[in-house]
Amino acid sequence: MRQSDVKELIVNMGPQHPATHGVLRLVLELEGEVVKRCTPYIGYLHRGVEKLSEDLTYVQCLPLTDRLDYLSSMINNIGFCLAVEKLMGINIPKRAKFIRTLMGEMARICSHLVWLATHALDIGAMTVFLYTMRDREYLLELFEMVVGARLTVSYPRVGGVRCDINEEFLDKLYRFIEDFPNKIQQYETLIDRNRVWLKRTKGVGVITAEEAINWGLTGPPLRATGVYYDVRKFFPYDAYDEVEFEVPLGKNGDIYDRYKCRMQEMRQSARIIKQCIEKLPTGLVLAEDALRIRMPASPLKIDKKEIQFEVYIEDKKIEEFIQKFPEVYASVESPKGELGFYIVCDHSAKPYRMRVRAPSFVHIAVLPKLCEGFLVADVIANIGSIDIVLGECDR
Amino acid sequence: MDTVYLIFITTVKTAVYFGILLLHVAYATYTERKVIGHIQLRLGPMIVGPHGILQPIADIVKLLFKEDIIPAKADKFIFKLAPFVSLSAALSTFAVIPVNKNWVISDINVGLLYVLGIAGLGTYGVIFSGWASNSKYAFLGSLRSTAQMISYEVALGLSLVGVVLMAESFNLSEIVNRQNEYWYGMFLFPQIIGYFVFVVSMLAETNRLPFDLPEAETELVAGYFVEYSGIRFSLFYLAEYLAMFCMSSLAAICFWGGWSIPPILVKTFPFLSIIPGVVWFLLKVYFHIFLFFWLRGTLPRYRYDQLMAIGWKILIPLALINIVITSLLKIL
Repeated sequence: MRQSDVKELIVNMGPQHPATHGVLRLVLELEGEVVKRCTPYIGYLHRGVEKLSEDLTYVQCLPLTDRLDYLSSMINNIGFCLAVEKLMGINIPKRAKFIRTLMGEMARICSHLVWLATHALDIGAMTVFLYTMRDREYLLELFEMVVGARLTVSYPRVGGVRCDINEEFLDKLYRFIEDFPNKIQQYETLIDRNRVWLKRTKGVGVITAEEAINWGLTGPPLRATGVYYDVRKFFPYDAYDEVEFEVPLGKNGDIYDRYKCRMQEMRQSARIIKQCIEKLPTGLVLAEDALRIRMPASPLKIDKKEIQFEVYIEDKKIEEFIQKFPEVYASVESPKGELGFYIVCDHSAKPYRMRVRAPSFVHIAVLPKLCEGFLVADVIANIGSIDIVLGECDR
Repeated sequence: MDTVYLIFITTVKTAVYFGILLLHVAYATYTERKVIGHIQLRLGPMIVGPHGILQPIADIVKLLFKEDIIPAKADKFIFKLAPFVSLSAALSTFAVIPVNKNWVISDINVGLLYVLGIAGLGTYGVIFSGWASNSKYAFLGSLRSTAQMISYEVALGLSLVGVVLMAESFNLSEIVNRQNEYWYGMFLFPQIIGYFVFVVSMLAETNRLPFDLPEAETELVAGYFVEYSGIRFSLFYLAEYLAMFCMSSLAAICFWGGWSIPPILVKTFPFLSIIPGVVWFLLKVYFHIFLFFWLRGTLPRYRYDQLMAIGWKILIPLALINIVITSLLKIL
């Protein structure tokens, strides 16, 4: 056969594929097993969260943020609340700050456990999946105990958190956190000392620090290249400036370093939770001037004209404050990377424009760079290692 | 008259042998789910019958009554033929495998060669299915599988050369008898390198973890049989499990002394000789089957190029070294 007769094999991977973590669609051009070109297609989970929020009040927007990265909805809520609080100049009580930090780190552990489970499953280690699910289940039950929901919690409120936590919850959480490092050890014995695992992850999907910054990576994929950047350290929110923790860094920026970073992060999260429980102050959990939902008397009586600024934000002080800063950006360190909320306010009770800086969206963009020139099996490993959630990417 | 009698007795033998074999396969699926379940902190099947003991029967019934889907663009004849090629190749290997002294359907002189040759034919089923499905995933899976089976067959064959050199025969019963002449009663000890190569190639040859690339769930969804459904799908499964049993039996016969017990053990514990040979044989086979499940519960999957590198750069040289050492010892 002449050389010109040889064509690349085009394989459509997804949107229904067991290993693309949701509805990501990749079109791969293969030459044998080598990926020549990889094109991600997104938008299969687009629900118009940003546009939708323009039609909802600040309080009503909150449940929408749950659905962004559904594996760590607590952190999304916190990010949104921070932005609105910044916009309105609401100071939240100290206890609420600690509770948010604690819950946020619990969500981070949950999210990382799901990442580890699916990442390991993608590479073929099935047993890790069920081990991590066992521990995640415990945390989800704790969420349920406080909030009533397991995944889409909507627990933080603008101005604090919805309800207080009790001793029983703290007891259970403390017991879990005490034992958690051992459990991480357990996962590591299953995969970290496994030659197959090392061969599949070391030196694969490498990205240098400079490239990572240029591509706009944040979170573990950036830190795996050795760049010291963590929103929790650089722009501390909630109680992060009052607890001690380290930011684990990698060196080579390959899949193995990303894996290592996340594993260390889980240990640090456990450390933060422990400190939060020990230092938890007493007091209010919701600021006095927090936004509250005021329901109209009956849904049938809602008049379009009635839904005005005054109905939802009664505080004159807040109204004045908003007029000072019509635009805000607030970001949190979500398990995936830097999750930012940019809100433009037009003095109504609804955001004029809300833009979500979704780390998954940025990270999917770098996927072709990581995959091209490697094998098909590495595409799967790479998708797992950058830890994307399509709900957040497509919004 | 003699010929008729021979045909009759062989048919009966075959029916009994294969009946027991298929029962084993059915319960191997059940055992696999149970073993992996317990490794993964689950219970495995629990609903059908006590401890889910009737699960395999429920599975078979379900698969039999499922709709048989043939893709519109598939090559229908080859598509239908493929599972039967795989299955008949896997089943035929058992014709020469002895489970006890003289308990064998056909005691031919080139038994070992026959097993390797017929098992190699199973690759055709894989190629046919991947090609006829007219699907890219199936095609990639079958390409991988073909390359993998061909390269590991070399290592598998070479690893058994040491055994043949020591036994001076290709006859499987003879190989067992020869092992019994040594006081330790197993070729496992002098052929430890060969055994290692054999076990690794055995995993690759049967497409099991950590070498289950042809059906890599996460990359190729299911590999070469992705377009199959219902009973045809189960025939592929059957062939895979039969291949596992075939390789386990081969390991038991060639390295673990088949149905015999090491003479030194019989000398120390005379009561062991009461236990029939078939029990020992089955125990040795079950151990290897368990090994398959155990590895599946523990190991991640290799990448395609790494798999090939292991086959050609590590296993084949090791097997050759083993042959050289064995030959030298034989001359001395």
